[in-house]
Amino acid sequence: MTKAFALFREPVSSARPDFSSQPATSAVLTGSTNLKLLYRSVAVKRLAALFLLVLFGVAARAQERPAAGEGFREKKASSAGALAEEARIKSLEEQVHSLVEQVALLRGELRALRDAKSDAPRPKEHLLLAASHIAPGTLASGTSGASVLADAAAPATTAAPEPAASPASPQVAQTQSYGGATSNAKLLNPDISLIGDFIGTAGRNTVSPSRSLELHESELGLQAIIDPYARADAFISFGEEGVNVEEGYVTFTALPAGLLLKVGKMRAEFGKVNAIHNHALPFIDRPLATNNLVGGEDGIDDAGISLSRFLPAPKNWFFQGTAQVYRGDSDDVFTANRRQDVSAVGHLRLYRDLGESTNVDLGGSYARGHNNAGVGTTFNPNNFITNLYAADATLRWKPLRRAIYHSFLFRTELFWSARDQLSPVNIFETQHAFGLYSSAEYRANRRWTIGGRFDRSGRATNASLTDTGFSGILTYWPSEFSQIRGQYRYGHLWDITNARYTDANEFLFQFLFVMGTHGAHPF
Amino acid sequence: MQTKMQTRLSALATAFALVFSLVAPFSARAASKLNIMTATTDLAALAQEVGGDKVEVESVARGYQDPHFVEAKPSFLLKLRKADLLIVVGLELEIGWLPPLITQSTNPKIQVGAPGYFDASRYARILEIPTGVVTRAEGDVHPLGNPHYWLDPENGLRIAKGIQNKLSEMRPGDAAYFAQRYDDFEKRIKQADAKWIEEMKPYAGRKIVTYHRSWPNFAEHFHLDVVGYVEPRPGIPPSPQHTVELIALMKRDGVKVIAVEPYFDLKTPNAVARDTGGKVVVLMPSVGGEKEITDYFKLFDYDIAKLKQAFDETK
Repeated sequence: MTKAFALFREPVSSARPDFSSQPATSAVLTGSTNLKLLYRSVAVKRLAALFLLVLFGVAARAQERPAAGEGFREKKASSAGALAEEARIKSLEEQVHSLVEQVALLRGELRALRDAKSDAPRPKEHLLLAASHIAPGTLASGTSGASVLADAAAPATTAAPEPAASPASPQVAQTQSYGGATSNAKLLNPDISLIGDFIGTAGRNTVSPSRSLELHESELGLQAIIDPYARADAFISFGEEGVNVEEGYVTFTALPAGLLLKVGKMRAEFGKVNAIHNHALPFIDRPLATNNLVGGEDGIDDAGISLSRFLPAPKNWFFQGTAQVYRGDSDDVFTANRRQDVSAVGHLRLYRDLGESTNVDLGGSYARGHNNAGVGTTFNPNNFITNLYAADATLRWKPLRRAIYHSFLFRTELFWSARDQLSPVNIFETQHAFGLYSSAEYRANRRWTIGGRFDRSGRATNASLTDTGFSGILTYWPSEFSQIRGQYRYGHLWDITNARYTDANEFLFQFLFVMGTHGAHPF
Repeated sequence: MQTKMQTRLSALATAFALVFSLVAPFSARAASKLNIMTATTDLAALAQEVGGDKVEVESVARGYQDPHFVEAKPSFLLKLRKADLLIVVGLELEIGWLPPLITQSTNPKIQVGAPGYFDASRYARILEIPTGVVTRAEGDVHPLGNPHYWLDPENGLRIAKGIQNKLSEMRPGDAAYFAQRYDDFEKRIKQADAKWIEEMKPYAGRKIVTYHRSWPNFAEHFHLDVVGYVEPRPGIPPSPQHTVELIALMKRDGVKVIAVEPYFDLKTPNAVARDTGGKVVVLMPSVGGEKEITDYFKLFDYDIAKLKQAFDETK
């Protein structure tokens, strides 16, 4: 485990010194007001962007060839002599193992016999345990005592007869005791994972500037089955500003009537992007519409209760309804001024396979909660409500035979916000803002994905101000467990301080790395 | 006061009205047959052998699909919801897609550990269980052992036995039927295996290269020697340097046959074959990989015929 840590940390830490000059220069640059310096700063920034591009390329190239040490190991392994020796050692090891296991088996049988003699009724588990120490390669054959087929053909496999105590439940009739230490050590531990999300930004953005370099988030995931009726998932996010339980909920999987109950802190089922973790997004940032209308990066993420169920639908259609109640505190979208200011989220999902490789996924969402616009005014803060509506559509294509090489996804989400607030002249009003994004991604081969996104969104507090943007995204996957991504982002954004629209041109890059076992995300 | 009440009511009503109004029971389904879902087609084939016409079997993954990378589509949920029994390969083969499907299926019968959850790997002989430290420097290793264990007829028989026990436990009334089906299967697979072994005898000890580590059980049973892989590490796509080394290894050891699973790109294997005068043979790791492979027997028939042909052509 520690070795795995070191291995995954290495590429990142070694990359750091290269970047270290960057924050210093940009800090100097932002401080300068001199025109000359400004010119120079532009040049320096361009250089930095170029440098990062090159670095991105180099990092990608470096993955193509294994490290020197790996090459050596490969060579060593590939030499025939070593192979033969390894095989011999392996077979010896196997023999030793099977001997050990036979001893264990005998011991187990002995214990079983001894237990059988004693008057006390034998607990079931005991018997199972004893029976589970069967040598690998045994056939759990029944009373027929049939040995493994074709004995002559496979002399290597030991065809031991069925142990005396035939267990009641075949589920535990035979466990392999080969890798006992590795598998047993984590038996009761949850799946633990850590996902590092390193983001760098270069270029110009005066409206929503981000840091030049940051370990944007380290998401610690703990996932386990709690008992026969529930499982739990916790995702703790260590950001630059502090620690935050991004999600932590228990899912009750064994409820009657096909109900699925989740209790805890969750990302709400409001549209698609709101429920997706940062590292699972097909872009580095979140769409403008999320930032303007649905509470920014965290979105609607609150403590609450979620109930969902499959709904009756025509044949081959999947139709699911979800109803959620939250405390009503989600970033700057919802604020609970009183205990009863809970927020509610409803989501309907309609899905259909159009073939084995193509499918459509449609959704409609609604969210309602109180906002903070009335706090500190002469108005009753309880009257200020935000209503959010969303519609999403996704088209996916992934040919099954070439699933790891090619896929395409198109998604668009529309958001409507109706926010009660006070106008500049202190009149109660409702701002109706609209936002959308459309994104597409295409997996060109096993390692490269290319994508794009279009953004347009009004601002929740002033719908007449509309931000527009687009992005081009290129992703490289050294393996399933790491990801390098570059994103060019253009924005035509309203600058409040100068009261005019400005252009933002930025280059973002991201390194993602996964340690440990991170459970699969819902489709 | 009016607004307070209104807000609270509307929030709660919106949330729960939807769900509670639809807790109506779904139409009853045919209760006579056991509804079995399996992760892969091979397990479906084995379950069908034992279950006969007392069961309805369907697989989530297709035979020509990489079982590591199946999408957890909601359409599978509709099937899993109604399943009485879920048979999985285990050993973390399906870790990337099955757990969310099981959780979201809202089917208490097939939750992990429930009586309707059946891990076939418990019955099979597992190879390549890593000992010592396991890291992903070795690629996408399976810490519990190689999950492609069904490609050994002996394991097929072991799994069938396990399924027979499970089915008898779930439907005690049909236990005799399942026992008879199993005995029949055992007889047939032993016959077939003797034939396969005989067919492969002339090629015993032959060295081959495979794309992924899908074939250790197959190779062991039929006495083939897998000396190299097109992938530098499991799950890592071919790299130029590794390919060069592989070519050198094949030339030195006189390896001529490269076995590739149907879901991998043939570009690199073809290039290696050109350089070494070898032959690429697409072997099917699963039932249903080709249309004609309709059951567990035809899977071996197909692969052995393909292998024999490749060996003969590269003599």
